[in-house]
Amino acid sequence: MKLRILIAVALGALIMFAGYAALFIAPDEATMHAIQRIFYFHLPSWIACFTAFTVVFVANIGWLATRREKYDALAVSAAEVGIMSCTIGLITGPLWAHPVWGIWWTWDARLTTTFILWLLYISYLLLRGLLDEPARRATLSAVFGIFAFLDVPLVYMSNRLWRTQHPQPVILGGKNSGLNPIMAKVLLVCVIAVLAVMVLVLIDRYRLELLRREADGLRLEIESRSAIPAGDSGD
Amino acid sequence: MKNFDNLFIAWMVVWAVFFVYEVSVARRLSRLREEVERLRRQLSEH
Repeated sequence: MKLRILIAVALGALIMFAGYAALFIAPDEATMHAIQRIFYFHLPSWIACFTAFTVVFVANIGWLATRREKYDALAVSAAEVGIMSCTIGLITGPLWAHPVWGIWWTWDARLTTTFILWLLYISYLLLRGLLDEPARRATLSAVFGIFAFLDVPLVYMSNRLWRTQHPQPVILGGKNSGLNPIMAKVLLVCVIAVLAVMVLVLIDRYRLELLRREADGLRLEIESRSAIPAGDSGD
Repeated sequence: MKNFDNLFIAWMVVWAVFFVYEVSVARRLSRLREEVERLRRQLSEH
């Protein structure tokens, strides 16, 4: 418990510092000025989202290869955390777009593939809710999860492959890309803060999933014991 | 600072979403811990 409080305090301090650095330390961008600072929350939320969906992908393969329940539990937990990060990205994006583009949303390749990504993982969770039998649910959702992950590289590459309203990449974007060194440092602090919170939330969600399965197992055992009539030992 | 409203809302959205989700997970976790404890006791009485 003490460790959890320490971690929470350290994370709180990191979040506050990341916010301060993004709003006041990072230099003003030449064309967009202050509103460009949304970048320091927007990009880290996408990094967290892609990280979570990669965990889902790896866990899905883990389940199909080994049939160990922990992989299925990890997959559903990471999918939920990934959807949450994706939702943050989908909210902060339009908040940035409106003052800069004059519109909240446009159906260009980047935004459309991103919206499809969000829908795919919502469908992943809905599919799980429709299937009762645990092994069947894990297998079908693992296959669907692997298929859904195909959209992740497509989202990443979309503004390289097609002309989009969304800006071209400033990091790993080729010859004319790159960030001011102070901006890069502030971005790094923000990425660390968001990823640290994401990992903490994912660990708790994973614990919850394992505990839920334990509770289901215990309920089944109690039911099966209650079903055996008293005095009938099976001999 | 121009557009400070949008900037502040974005900052709040990021941490509010994480915070609300973490609180909901922590509450469910605590309820489920009690439930598992109760089920274990019930099972040992059988």
